[in-house]
Amino acid sequence: MIKLWFKSGAPWIWLNAAAVSICMIMVVGVLGLVVVRGVGHFWPAQVTQYNYQEEGKEPQLIIGEKVDASVTPSEMAKATGHKMSPDEDTLVQYLIKVGNRDVTGSDFLWIEERNIKQHADPADLIVVERREWGNFYGRLVEVKEAGKSIATGPEAWTVLQSKITEALVIFKEIAHLEKKEIGAINYGLERLRLKQKKLQLENHWDATAQAQVSAETAAYDVEYKKYQAQLGELYQKIRRNSIVAETESGTKVKIPLNKVVRAFKPNEMSLMDKTVHYGVKVIEFLTDDPREANTEGGIFPAIFGTVMMVMMMSIIVTPFGVIAAVYLREYAKQGFITRLIRIAVNNLAGVPSVVYGVFGLGFFVYILGGNIDQLFFPESSPAPVYGTPGLLWASITLALLTLPVVIVSTEEGLARIPSSIREGSLALGATKLETLWLTVLPMASPAMMTGLILAVARAAGEVAPLMLVGVVKLAPTLPLDGNFPFLHLDRKFMHLGFHIYDVGFQSPNVEAARPLVYATALLLVLVIIGLNLAAIVIRNNLREKYRALEG
Amino acid sequence: MSEQQVRTHAIDMSSVLRGKGQHQEKNETCIKVENLNLFYGDKQALHNINMEMPKKKVTAYIGPSGCGKSTLLRCINRMNDLVDSARIDGKILLDGENIYDKSVNVAALRRRVGMVFQKPNPFPKSIFENVAYGLRIQGINDKRILEETVENSLRGAALWDEMKDRLNDNALGMSGGQQQRLVIARAIAIEPEVLLLDEPASALDPISTLKIEELINELKEKYTIVIVTHNMQQAARVSDYTAFMYMGELIELGTTSELFTNPVKKQTEDYITGRYG
Repeated sequence: MIKLWFKSGAPWIWLNAAAVSICMIMVVGVLGLVVVRGVGHFWPAQVTQYNYQEEGKEPQLIIGEKVDASVTPSEMAKATGHKMSPDEDTLVQYLIKVGNRDVTGSDFLWIEERNIKQHADPADLIVVERREWGNFYGRLVEVKEAGKSIATGPEAWTVLQSKITEALVIFKEIAHLEKKEIGAINYGLERLRLKQKKLQLENHWDATAQAQVSAETAAYDVEYKKYQAQLGELYQKIRRNSIVAETESGTKVKIPLNKVVRAFKPNEMSLMDKTVHYGVKVIEFLTDDPREANTEGGIFPAIFGTVMMVMMMSIIVTPFGVIAAVYLREYAKQGFITRLIRIAVNNLAGVPSVVYGVFGLGFFVYILGGNIDQLFFPESSPAPVYGTPGLLWASITLALLTLPVVIVSTEEGLARIPSSIREGSLALGATKLETLWLTVLPMASPAMMTGLILAVARAAGEVAPLMLVGVVKLAPTLPLDGNFPFLHLDRKFMHLGFHIYDVGFQSPNVEAARPLVYATALLLVLVIIGLNLAAIVIRNNLREKYRALEG
Repeated sequence: MSEQQVRTHAIDMSSVLRGKGQHQEKNETCIKVENLNLFYGDKQALHNINMEMPKKKVTAYIGPSGCGKSTLLRCINRMNDLVDSARIDGKILLDGENIYDKSVNVAALRRRVGMVFQKPNPFPKSIFENVAYGLRIQGINDKRILEETVENSLRGAALWDEMKDRLNDNALGMSGGQQQRLVIARAIAIEPEVLLLDEPASALDPISTLKIEELINELKEKYTIVIVTHNMQQAARVSDYTAFMYMGELIELGTTSELFTNPVKKQTEDYITGRYG
């Protein structure tokens, strides 16, 4: 009976189906976890006030968001030093995000459920998102302007909101001035300094050059002074206002408004308010610069850096790989050597990526970049320009890493084009080159795109080699900006993959950053899916256009 | 090539030229094959072929599969150059000029000798671009000239009336017979002197085949046509001259009527009466 069952093949089919199911479950699980953990982070949680009293201690108030819960069996709880009464089966503990790092020293607190005497969600509790020290949880006492109280009690809240809006406008102006205007001046001054040094090196540092450089420097200085004055005014304006708020223990904390991002009362918010808040937070996450060692704010520079790097890599790897594949398939005499090259190319795909990183650092950065610096940028020495990790080298290293997939799939595409098409073109008097350009390459373009899709999928997810050749924790400027020559390939950049590692495992506040890890992971997946989808759409269009004859 | 073989071929030539005698005064030779041998690696595929094909006539090659008729045809526009292992000696004279001479530009030669293959092979482009392809690679991009040529060529291939409203459609959407006529239009768009047809109707249904045959009859007014076919009725219908090949050798060449009604060689007779092949 059993033997028959085995013979029928049913167990084999079950085994196959099980394998597929496990794959599916794992994929769905990965995405599900990332989505659930990542997406929930921006929803404004209820803030609860706990009347808490540990045995034999003074009662205390705790205000915060419930983040996590853990249930420990009685035996185990006893073993870890908790006193358990005989009628308790389990020990329930909650992780509360209490914020107020400046007052209490830590953001999180574990409390035991059995010690909670009472808990409530009073509507007057406020959450203040700050640029320093993390969130503040507590109650608003008063709003101050230039040291004088201008509002207390219930109306303080509305005054505070309008003051925050004002402060944010000023803050934006300051950021614009500092980053764009003064940034441009500094960039210009740096270029002048390099120009002067270059002229000196070339012995052209004569009176006219001196006059010109000092005139330009003076012009920059005038402009700088103007902006400096503006900045001073703005700073004065923004620093004038502050709020005083009370923590759960009654400590009064003064928060200057220039340190406040937003303040809200989560317990009072309707579903609609929460949705709006959520949307604002998500947009902030996507478009803003990171704050507080990357654990707050947005990740725009990382998104930008990732996309930029992948695009640069595509621009480098596609022509390079296609040209190599065309030579291998169309021109090289097929034989032992070409076979050897193919084996080598395929093996290249199996080299661990960190090895490429080492190679990129050793060859591209130090040898190539170092020589470029010596030849073209002697004036900036000893500071390196290209002789240090940066976007260009990261892109080239990843291009090298993904070259095999592009070569292999382009070759396959070329091999699939029926010889009748080539003969048809040659029979019309086209040369081999014309045939290649007018018929063969367009028809092989879907295969090239397939190679590119695989390359993008691999490159966007790589982190290890990037850490060696250009990715940093925090890049002060984007590789693309308004200062000539606009695209700064020598700059370091941020990357989503590295950002995940950095926020999750290198930040001072791992607990607070964990949801951000999931959110960033989700975003990385979305960015890769987006890049891939774009490439797939292009490929499918090409396929439709150049659909080959069968056979 | 042993001496004996050479001798047999020398005798062959008399019979080969026998049917031609009557026409020779009015037929100018277009293609002349002289002592052509072709090897694929060590294997010899064509054995000392000698023949002449007259201008503006249809010459058909018949013979069993693998007898070398397509190989011979592909020698005329040097398509065998694409096969790495192929080696050729002997001469093929096109208007008295050896096409295997070192000074010959192969692309220019192929412009003079157009070719249509067994399976229709339109490019994955629009109908218009397919026909204009040959002109474009010659650098002709003048829209007026292109349009004129495309129209004339499609008319020449009896395709204009069917396709004049669909010029921008992808050529791969056409039926097999239409595709084959499109390929012929593409070939005649560059105004070659010779058209080589390699079993042009073997992949087509009877009606399309008929259209292609009618087309061949019209085309021979302007072009010298060489057609390979393994359909003897087709050879009888469309050709003026027929060459019978067997095992890489040219067995007999004569006017079609004579070769089919009164073959000189026993092998030819056996083949056309269906005793082998």
